[in-house]
Amino acid sequence: MKNSLRATFKRGSMAGVATAGAAALLLTGCGAAPTASSSATPSASNYTGCIVSDSGGFDDQSFNQSSYEGLKKAEKDLGIKVNQAESKTNNDFEPNLRAMVTAGCNLTVTVGFLLGDATKAQATANPDKHFAIIDFGYETPISNVKPIIYDTAQAAFLAGYLAAGTTKTGTVATFGGIKIPTVTIFMDGYADGVKYYNEKNGKDVKVLGWDKAKQDGSFTGDFEKQDKGKQFTQNFLDQGADIVMPVAGPVGKGAGAALKEAKAAGKDVKLIWVDSDGFLTAPDYKDIMLSSVMKQMGEAVETVVKEDKDGKFSNTPYVGTLANDGVQLAPFHDMDSQVPAELKTQLDQIKKDIADGKLKVESAASPKV
Amino acid sequence: MSENNEPRRSAAPDPDRNPDALPPETQPAPAPEAESGAPVKDAALVTSLDTAGGAMRPSAVPVSAQSGSLPGTDDSDSVLRKIFTGNGIVTILAVLLALILGGLLIASTDKVVAATSSYFFARPTDFLAAVWSAATSSYVALFQGSVFNPRGSGVGGQFAPLMETLTIATPLITAGLGVALAFRAGLFNIGAQGQIIMAGILAAWVGFALDLPVGLHLLLVLIAGVIGGAVWGGLVGVLKARTGAHEVIVTIMFNYIALYLVRYLLDTPAFQRPGETTPISPILDPSAVYPQIFGSQYRLHIGFLLAIAATIFVSWLLNRSTIGFEFRAVGANPKAALTAGINVPRATILVMTIAGGLAGLAGVAQVAGTEKVLTDGVAATYGFDAITVALLGRSTPWGTFAAGVLFGAFRAGAVQMQIQTGTPIDIVLVVQSLIVLFIAAPPLVRAIFGLNPRKKKAATAGKSQKAAATGGAA
Repeated sequence: MKNSLRATFKRGSMAGVATAGAAALLLTGCGAAPTASSSATPSASNYTGCIVSDSGGFDDQSFNQSSYEGLKKAEKDLGIKVNQAESKTNNDFEPNLRAMVTAGCNLTVTVGFLLGDATKAQATANPDKHFAIIDFGYETPISNVKPIIYDTAQAAFLAGYLAAGTTKTGTVATFGGIKIPTVTIFMDGYADGVKYYNEKNGKDVKVLGWDKAKQDGSFTGDFEKQDKGKQFTQNFLDQGADIVMPVAGPVGKGAGAALKEAKAAGKDVKLIWVDSDGFLTAPDYKDIMLSSVMKQMGEAVETVVKEDKDGKFSNTPYVGTLANDGVQLAPFHDMDSQVPAELKTQLDQIKKDIADGKLKVESAASPKV
Repeated sequence: MSENNEPRRSAAPDPDRNPDALPPETQPAPAPEAESGAPVKDAALVTSLDTAGGAMRPSAVPVSAQSGSLPGTDDSDSVLRKIFTGNGIVTILAVLLALILGGLLIASTDKVVAATSSYFFARPTDFLAAVWSAATSSYVALFQGSVFNPRGSGVGGQFAPLMETLTIATPLITAGLGVALAFRAGLFNIGAQGQIIMAGILAAWVGFALDLPVGLHLLLVLIAGVIGGAVWGGLVGVLKARTGAHEVIVTIMFNYIALYLVRYLLDTPAFQRPGETTPISPILDPSAVYPQIFGSQYRLHIGFLLAIAATIFVSWLLNRSTIGFEFRAVGANPKAALTAGINVPRATILVMTIAGGLAGLAGVAQVAGTEKVLTDGVAATYGFDAITVALLGRSTPWGTFAAGVLFGAFRAGAVQMQIQTGTPIDIVLVVQSLIVLFIAAPPLVRAIFGLNPRKKKAATAGKSQKAAATGGAA
């Protein structure tokens, strides 16, 4: 019994592997060989741009991914070399950063406040190397570290106003992944946007999931468990909300799933995505996507790399605002017809007012510059 | 793994169960067929293996004294010896197989390989060369990242990877010892993660909140951390001993409690940096962190020496102390132990407390050694890796030590593998897991290559019985 089993296993596995391999080769291996002269496109520059992720990894559909894509775009557009290191745990930050310095990176982009200390340590030890850190600013600036930060509350304010102006039930909701400033800043802006709408229009739209005064609200506890996002969203729907803005990276997909179910059951519900334009990056939820609060991290990374490559590095923080298009409210795409023209005009006006500084959006988590 | 034992145990008497019946020539040797007849050589080999070729301090217990083991335990098997005793050829095949499979996996994700495969039939040499270079460059990077990098600046730079390996191994070893110790007492301690976190919380708080003189501060950090882990582990022991609650459930839940507790605490001003709201603690005072052994260019800190000391302690505890004897007796058969007059509840509580304390050492190594701050990722994945390390080390102290160093090397090498060759980190981890899998499962390798241990055993009679049995158990 045992022998025959083993024989089967042996024969089966070898044959299977061989067949699969042969099939793969037959399917793909029929192209013509390139001639020797067709060399690869020469690297235009000796400049090396590097990136170290936090434990979310480059496929987090959030700031790691956006920053990484920005650097990859710089690789293509500027002809630089790119090195990347993905951190699996907090322990990987320092070794990864050290390895980047050893690998001769001119500029190393680090993603997130968790890398703040490690970046500072390497920057201080290697004053001739340049660094840029996403979503984190130092109290005392470091001469060779450029912080890339966002006043996300400004764009989230527009999203709150939009949600309040679009809701049918008079209740909108938001929830976060973990209670950290880069998350609560969305929720602050969102809540304030709703409040501003109520004041302007004499309405009483309620916000579930965040209390700006108390700085407390609903958090799923991580950026991973999508079922939690689904649960939270179902609770909000039960409490009468019809528009939800999850600020929780991939957990937002859980919210999308719950809203899709509700829509299939005949409810008129909508989703507001964050970080990137969800209509493009999370196309599964296209039909419920009202808009997105975007942080243009890829563009910022590319700009910083370009500046450094041209010898124009500075440690002045890059602050993304509505004024410099660093943060934006995404287009409405398919939902365009559902947003009243009057509301669109008001949003344009508010955007202009915030950009000009006439209207101040404040959050405890706003970058202090 | 233990399933593999069953058929053999019934087919032939397991030598471990009858230590007296062991023929003298069953002392392990690197290649049993060739050298097992040279006892003098073997003794020297055993000593050198037990000390990893002299690099480690020797075990407090001579290996020869460890062989008289309790039923169901075999403390004389370290990983290295396991590798050599199992069956020389099988081990080599295991590593070879892992390297080949891993290499194919690496090659399959390589861009050049993908490009050349499209014209395989036009010019196959391109494709094969690409596969070869993708695989070998990754393994070279793994070695250069974990042991020796010839391109480093000076001797110090060249051996920096080895220091990094030992740094990463430190928490793995101590946490692994905690898991291994509990295993020996028959308890599945899945709670190292939570114990590390609790230790981290206490140690970090003492480290940044108190202002104490040099020396005393670090000592208090160390004590606070060990107590934190010991209490968290001991509570599990109490629940198990008093109420019969299953330790697997309890430890898993305790992991959650610890994780969400640290998240909560990092949301309170007491654990945040003044004026900031990010969930990260202040940096520990310089007087509260472990000194670095070889200066500031390496991360290796004296926590590693403590890990060696902990290994010696556990080795003594298990093999030389009355308590250790009780632990093993309880692990072998709690009812028999009770009948023999051993206080089983007391042993359960005690072993979990010590296990928690050992995991606590790992927590201290994290906050006072490498990270120097408290975040919710303080335990990384060490608490869970520790289970693998303990199992790979066959739950023996020095086996766990060696397995911890092996894992440390893999983790350290992963950085270079990723950066030098652009192999995605996930593939790196898959390849490493494959290597561990094959090293840990010689029967699998035998099955794949069609080597039948029974035939061999029959041919060499009782001589290789031990080898086959231990090989099968690995």
